[in-house]
Amino acid sequence: MTEAEIREAVLTVLSDIAPEADLGRLKPQARLRDQLDIDSMDFLNFVIGLHRALHVEIPERDYGRLATLSGCIEYLASAACQQKA
Amino acid sequence: MSEFLMPKLGADMTAGTLVAWRKKPGESVRRGDIMAEVDTDKGVIDIEAFTDGVVETLLAEPGANVPVGMPLARIRAAGEEAIAATPAPAAPLPPAVAQTTSAAAAVPGLPPALSMDELSRLRISPSARQRARELGVDPRLIEGTGRGGAITREDIERAATSRAAPPPPAASPPIPAPTPKTSAEGPERNRRMRQAIAAAMSRANREIPHYYLSTTIELKPALDWLAKQNEQRPITERLLYGVLLLKATAMALREVPELNAFWREDRLFPQTSIHLGVAVSLRGGGLIAPALHDADKKSLDELMRELRDLVARVRSGGLRSSELADPTITVTSLGEQGVEAVYGVIYPPQVALVGFGKVVERPWCAGGQIVPRPVITATLAGDHRATDGHRGGVFLAAVDRLLQEPENL
Repeated sequence: MTEAEIREAVLTVLSDIAPEADLGRLKPQARLRDQLDIDSMDFLNFVIGLHRALHVEIPERDYGRLATLSGCIEYLASAACQQKA
Repeated sequence: MSEFLMPKLGADMTAGTLVAWRKKPGESVRRGDIMAEVDTDKGVIDIEAFTDGVVETLLAEPGANVPVGMPLARIRAAGEEAIAATPAPAAPLPPAVAQTTSAAAAVPGLPPALSMDELSRLRISPSARQRARELGVDPRLIEGTGRGGAITREDIERAATSRAAPPPPAASPPIPAPTPKTSAEGPERNRRMRQAIAAAMSRANREIPHYYLSTTIELKPALDWLAKQNEQRPITERLLYGVLLLKATAMALREVPELNAFWREDRLFPQTSIHLGVAVSLRGGGLIAPALHDADKKSLDELMRELRDLVARVRSGGLRSSELADPTITVTSLGEQGVEAVYGVIYPPQVALVGFGKVVERPWCAGGQIVPRPVITATLAGDHRATDGHRGGVFLAAVDRLLQEPENL
């Protein structure tokens, strides 16, 4: 899976959770929680959405690595690689 | 024969606008079935039947603004004779007290209400869904242009415009296009919700002599237990720590039942069921605190499932009348926004509000040592007419004690 595909999947899941947000304006390095007014229930739904879209296991201890858009892409790319292997 | 009345969904509600009937005359209903959708300042709510029977007559038409307590329909109990075999003169519709000005009411041929099932299969945002309702557009017939094929507000508006354009063979009179209120509904909804919150909170501050208590609770045992649990669970079955707080609150209320009560006409009415009103903030402002029913009797898994479902429905529609009408106490958790403690305003006629702040790591004394520990500040706003600070203190101590043994929650 390419980085662009992962990015697209992340944005699609986010658009379900924050439908009113302009995701084109997301700053890749800033925390999603602050930019999108996401609470813990939203975040859990985000993780579930990523799991369903990309078929990766995401243990709770790794949640911190999903805090930003660029963090998500980096983490999911390596997780998808490892879990396929 | 019983009457199906416009329910009172909260202390401040005086009337609601009928959006759609979900049952037809002649159809049988069971207690708890959804009879109608009613627009209130808390959004469009599914109104449940409170009795078994057969729908005899519908007494109001979609679009009518009906005061609380006025009959909306007649329901014939099982076994009861139908009123008349011959076509009786149709019961006169009560004059709509005030026609709503919303576009939805003015559009002829509003699409049939969608079932939750259909809605959940559609990729459509809550605001687009709301827009579809206003404009009388059936979202099932629209091809979404949003991300992943999602239907956007613009898709809905485009569909409404193209449909309202006069048909090429102008034989039938063109349907007047609903005046597109591009941004009126959002702010309008927001304004009404603010007014409802203002009315309830002003009354609370005017009438309820609040007292406030606060305590710091060590959360390491609870969070450690939770982390272990979640490690073994698939993503979809993981628990949030908020669910532990809710269960501990519900169990502690059994020990101090006078906090789980209503204050009406200078008297305390303790409630036997514990229905936690969970404050859920809405994206774009406002909040709703619908009930998690019988929270003390449910497992953490059940509570988690119901909380997820409730939060989803607060944000995208489909709340039920019973969920709005009967919370016996409210729990608010502002920790998500980063504050350490919240001192709430009680929602009348309830007599208490429990608040949880943010989980923070702080120096903590344990066994003569100072150690870093995750802690949370729990607060209680109590109605001093109903209870005294002493009993409030007993309650918060019970919440603390219960959270130290998470495996028993």
